[in-house]
This record gives sequence, structure tokens and C-alpha cells, in this order.
Amino acid sequence: MTSCNVKSKGSPDGTDDAARKVYVAPGEHDEFYAFLSGGFNGQVSVYGMPSGRHLKMIPVFSQHAENGYGYSEESKALLNTTYGNIPWDDLHHPKLSRTDGMADGRFLFVNGNNTPRIARIDLTTFETVETLEIPNSAGNHCSPYPTNNTEYVVAGTRFSVPISDEGGIEDIELEKLNEYYRGSISFIKVDDKSGEMDLEFQILVPGFDYDIANGGKGPSEDWIFFTAYNSEQATTLKEVNASLHDKDFVAAINWKKAAEYVKQGKYREIPAEYFHNKMDKKTHVASSEVKKKVKVISPEECPDIMYLIPTPKSPHGVDVDPSGEFICVSGKLASMVPVHSFSNMLKAIENKDHVDVFESIPILKYESVLAAEVKDIGLGPLHTEFDGKGNAYSSMFVSSEIVKWRLKDFEILDRIPVYYSVGHLMIPGGDTHKPDGKYLVAMNKITKDRYLPTGPELCHSAQLIDISGDKMKMLLDFPTIGEPHYAQAIKADIVAPKSKKIYRLDENEHPHATLKEADTRVERDGNIVRVYMTAIRSHLAPDNIEGIHLGDTVYFHVTNLEQDWDVPHGFAVKGARNAEILIMPGETKTLEWIPTKTGVTPFYCTDFCSALHQEMQGYARVSPEGANVPIKYWLGDPKK
Amino acid sequence: MNRLPSIFMILAAASLSLLFFFPMWKIYLDAPQYPEGLEMHIWINKIGGDSEFTLQNFNILNHYIGMAPIDANSFKELEIMPLFAFGFIGTALLLALFPKRGLIMTWLVLLALAGIAGISDFYLWLVKFGTDLDPSAPIKVPGMTYIPPLIGSKQLLNFHAFSFPSIGGAGIGLAMLFGALAFWKTYAKKIKKEEI
Repeated sequence: MTSCNVKSKGSPDGTDDAARKVYVAPGEHDEFYAFLSGGFNGQVSVYGMPSGRHLKMIPVFSQHAENGYGYSEESKALLNTTYGNIPWDDLHHPKLSRTDGMADGRFLFVNGNNTPRIARIDLTTFETVETLEIPNSAGNHCSPYPTNNTEYVVAGTRFSVPISDEGGIEDIELEKLNEYYRGSISFIKVDDKSGEMDLEFQILVPGFDYDIANGGKGPSEDWIFFTAYNSEQATTLKEVNASLHDKDFVAAINWKKAAEYVKQGKYREIPAEYFHNKMDKKTHVASSEVKKKVKVISPEECPDIMYLIPTPKSPHGVDVDPSGEFICVSGKLASMVPVHSFSNMLKAIENKDHVDVFESIPILKYESVLAAEVKDIGLGPLHTEFDGKGNAYSSMFVSSEIVKWRLKDFEILDRIPVYYSVGHLMIPGGDTHKPDGKYLVAMNKITKDRYLPTGPELCHSAQLIDISGDKMKMLLDFPTIGEPHYAQAIKADIVAPKSKKIYRLDENEHPHATLKEADTRVERDGNIVRVYMTAIRSHLAPDNIEGIHLGDTVYFHVTNLEQDWDVPHGFAVKGARNAEILIMPGETKTLEWIPTKTGVTPFYCTDFCSALHQEMQGYARVSPEGANVPIKYWLGDPKK
Repeated sequence: MNRLPSIFMILAAASLSLLFFFPMWKIYLDAPQYPEGLEMHIWINKIGGDSEFTLQNFNILNHYIGMAPIDANSFKELEIMPLFAFGFIGTALLLALFPKRGLIMTWLVLLALAGIAGISDFYLWLVKFGTDLDPSAPIKVPGMTYIPPLIGSKQLLNFHAFSFPSIGGAGIGLAMLFGALAFWKTYAKKIKKEEI
């Protein structure tokens, strides 16, 4: 009974062998960093691979009460948008920055799907340092895609919307929606040195739904491919009405040509309001800039930047093989994977092998571009990655399996069940021209009986599969945080040596930093009380404060004076309608506290920093409004 | 003509100049929560460590047991010792020009005395820091003092302390060795002359 049950759950054959392959002994390090998106939790989770150990959660688009991200005065601005400060988003796709087509370990770009945004995470600190709102977009799903030298990060819309030439999204009758709506593909220039983003231009494209983007490499380096579904341009009951056509499209866009057109001045500038939020490296304070305009180009005015390739059926993933020749598309309602040939595509363009034109965009002939159809591959193909040894691996959502097939002859070689309903899959470097074909991670939407039940809400999961041999071998299951849509992995030795240990106190230019204990003080300016506090093992200075009144807004500017690795201090105030803050060595962070009750209010360090951490505490006295209690503060003895 | 005494005195001067490029002494601290270790470096003219923040981290840890903070500016020795080193280097070079047997011996004896004085002074500081503890220290272990070893290792609460001379300190030893060789060579020369 037990053995039968185990077998039906697909446990690896030769469990000991699998255990050895994922066992990273205590104190030893994993071979890879894996960055898994958190989906609806708006964060990125960092795992060690192959152990599946969770190393860190990087807050990006969601407030993170654990360390004060999005709550502290310094980080609030990173969540600013034209809709206001938004404490949540749906984070789908992490993509590592690239140099010469290979992940370089400098930055991780991620998309916010719901309120269109792109964020950049610095991999020396594993912190979000920049967010950029994308105007004229809705459902920022087919993004981010970095070009091979991170010249651009590209972001596309899932929902097409009525983009107004006068700026913004128009208010029009929904019944007429499909007459007006358009999609946008945004090209975000990335600064070579700083990594800073700048929305350089947008291509306004036909009103389909754009789903996934991936770029070429080698011969196809200048191109990016987008899957486009809802070629029916339905606006209601899309489940049915967007599934009518036998074929939708892959949109091939020549980004180099598009950038050249912009350089030649063939663009229009239209009003567009969007936020650009940056964390200053020296002050560690994020600030927002509101941009007012965006350059747009259209395929009509700039011919030969965009072509449509008919592709069955409601295609989802589009993945280019390491050679740059094969464009593998997963038609989620098709039971085969069509593989387009880049060289065929160029020929078809040259020969004007068009079957039609859609709003001036040539539609190439399916048969002329196609290299092959991988038949009977499974049900619900979604994504494909590559091992660099001539093989492709496709995820099957409906039939819950990973299917290995050969690019040489499009033959299916192997299949392995996954548990259950796999979405994305990831091979380290599997989207670059030189994959590291040792492991594959399947990211599953449904887990049901795979773990101990936890009530109606269950975790999503990742499964680690050994792809080093002929046959795929299941090695490990591990629960994930949120919903991992996609992931990236990189050899640890590219990232780990650059990981920062502390922030230098002598480089701290925070406007409210207190660089030594002698400078700690409390200042009143009208109703604003600023506490310039320091934290060091094991005391807060000052630790007793009087003279705060109801009606005041108190800012605790806490500087961690430590310059030693792994000595953060935390800070929390009783009754603060806020979160705590975690302050890294050398950093200054600010907690806003608007007292709501009179009395004596304790505050303390929340991160067990030292043997006398429990002594790291103090009191704030809150007096009634207008009471005659002057500002006074202590550390040991009263200070003036 | 025998040039060896001069060459040895130049080597002695060169060995002493190592003091300005390497620490004299190193104290290593190892603890469960410091797997990377903490290294304090004592130079002839400064106190440092394996990172620029070592001293601060030493002092943060030491304040729990009431040890006085180590502040390089409070040690007069760090101003005086370099002058002595320059003096010995300068006189060694002069002796390389005029390798007088008696003067070399004098130089050697003075250097040995200076070395002994330095080490004694260092040891007295270790005793002072290790025993002169703030009575209001948070951590008080009855009967416990925290004198780091002069040479060798010792367990101090959760820290395992190792203390050893470093390249700069070895330079003093080398200088004495080269001085002795120079002395011996001038002696050999003298015997030769007497035989003729």
C-alpha cells in the first residue's frame, strides 16, 4: 500500500541517489542562486540550488513589514505611481542583466503585471533600487526582456487599451472598445554603468493581447519575438471569443531598426504621465520623478520593424534556442509545438511571402516560416527552455509533464510527470546562448497531496529535475513563496564574491544620519519631532525621550553604527500604525510614528543583535496636546 | 677587501624597514559567531586589523567585559617607536659605511635592549587592558581577567585568542641576526690580520 502510494506520487527511483545530488552539507554553499518570482506576493525569492534552501525574500512591489520596505520613509517612494502609492503588485518574470548574451549577475529586472512597472534589483545588495512605471500599458505581462547586452529592457502589454494621443487611456464605450484599442511595446534604455532605466520609446501595436517576449541571439540578435493572442480582438468572454481563430500570431520586432527610426527622429512625442523612482546610492533614500512625455513610433510610419507570423493556437511562451535559429512557440490550446525558423522568416520577408496585411503589418505565410511542428508533445504546452546540448524541454500545463525533445529532428526523447500543472520551467542560462544544462526547475501551480495539508490555501511548488543524463530524473520538491511564474538561476561564484557585507558609515549621506553617538539628539520643528538616534550593541541612543505631544508626528531616524557583517538592528514602537524597520550596518532608516495615546510608550530593537539585545530598549513619554513638557532626552545621564 | 660586514649591515637596515610595511604583532580572535576571525594588527606606528573596521569591532565586543576602548591616538609609543626604528636604520647604514667592530656590537646591544623594552611595554599594556576593567561592565565573570597571550593561545570566554609576532616583528629579529653576522665577519677579519 505504502510503496504503491509512493510510486503513484512519482518519487524518484533510487531515492538515495537523488538525496545525494541535492544534499548540500551544513556550512557548505549551493552551486547556483535561483531567483523565483513570487507572483501575487509581489516579491522575489532567492533559493540555493540544488538544495532548494530559501535564502532571502527581496521585496519589490509589495510592502514588506518584516524589514519595513515600503513602510520606512526611505523606501515609500519606490511604490509611487500615478495612481498613488501602491503597496502590492503581481510580479511575474525575473530576468538577469546580460553581457554578450550571458547573465552577468549585476542586476535582476522584474515586472509588475497589475499596475505596469519594471523594477531593478541590485545583486550586490539584493535590494530593489529602482522602479519605473510604464505608461500606455495594461497588464505588463510580456516583460521584462533584456537584449543581449542589456541595451534595452523591453516591456509589453497584455491588455490592449484605448491609448489616447492626447495622453492617458480614453474613456470610451466598451462596446466600441475594439475599434480604438492598441497595445504598446516599451523600450527601456539601461545605462551601461549604473544600470539606471529610462523609457526611451514605445511602439504602438495592433490591439491584440501580448503574452510573452523573448529575444533572439546570434543571427537573430536584433529581433524580439512576442506571442500575440486574441487576434479575434474580442472584448468580452475572451475564454471563448478569443479562442475562435485557429491561429494567432508571433509578432517579430526588429528592435535595432526601431531604435534607429527613433534616432532618425521618426517619432511623435505624446503626453504620458509616469513615475520613475530611484533609490539614491549615497543617501539610501528613494525619490520620485514624474515624467510627462513619451516618444512613440508606429509600424505604419516605420515599415520593416514588425512582422506577424501565424501561429496556432492562442500561443503563450515563445523561446529562441541557443543558436538563435529556432523560435519555439507554445500554443496553449494546441497539442503540438510549432517551431519557426529564423532564416525562413528572413527569406519570407525578403520574398514578400505575405498572406495578408494587418494595419500595414505584413502577415507572413505560416508554412514558409515554419521549421517543424513537434507533434503529440502533450497537452497545454506553455514554455520551452534549452540545455545547450541540442535538446529542448517543454512544460505541459494540462498533462502535467516536462517533455524533452531534440532540435535536430524534432523527435520526442523523454517525458517526466510533474506535480501538478506546471507553468514555467527554468534551466540556468536556458534562455541564453550558452545554457548550463545540469538542472531544470519546474514551477507548479497545484500541489494538493504533495505536502502536509494547510487548510484551503496550499503552497505552490518547484521541482528540481536532473537533466544531465539521457533520462530526466526527479530530485527534489520544495514549496515556494507566492506563485513562482518564472525564475532565473546563475552560478553562485559570479554573484557571491560581489555581495556587500555592510554599508560604509563614512559614505552615509542620508540627510538625517547620525554618524556618532555624541551627535544624537531630539529636535522639534512645529508639530514635527525628529529623533536622531543611533543603534549599536547593545543600546539605542537616546533611550528615554520626553516632550512628545499628541498631535505630533515623530520621525525616528535610526542609524546603525555597526561596521560588522550580519549585525542589523531593528526598531519598533508600541502602537505605531506602521511596520518595524531593520537597519543594516552603516545605514539610516526612518520610522514615522503618530502617537494616538498619551502615556509612556516603549520602543526596542527587534533583531536579536547581541547578548544584551533585550536591554536595547527605551521609553517615549507622550503628553497631552499643549502640555508644558519640554523636549528632554537621556542616555544613561540626561542630555541637553 | 672584505665587504661582507657592510652588506650585512645594509641587510640589517633593510630588515628593520620591514616594520613600516608589515605589522609587528598580530592578535587573532576566533569565536563561534566569527568564523572569519578577527585580526588585530599592531604596527610600529598604528593599530589596525584585517579590515579597517576591526578595531571598532574589537572595542564593541570588549565593552561588554568593561575593557577600555583601544584608541591608537592614546599610545605615545606609536609616535616614539618609529623614531627609534629610523635611528637604528640610519645607524645601521652608517655602520655599513664604517664597519667598526665595537660600534656594531654597541648597535646590536642597543637594538636588543630596545626590542626587550618594546615587548615589555606591549606586555604591560596587555595586562592593563586585560585587568583594568570597568566595574560597571555588563558581563562580569568572578575571577576572570582578559590578558591576551603575548605569544601563543588562550581561551577568553567565547573567544580563542592567538598572538604571534608578524613580519615586522620578525624584521627586528632578522636585523639582530644580520648585525651579529656583521660583527662576526669583522671579528674574522681581525683574526686574519693578526695572523699575518
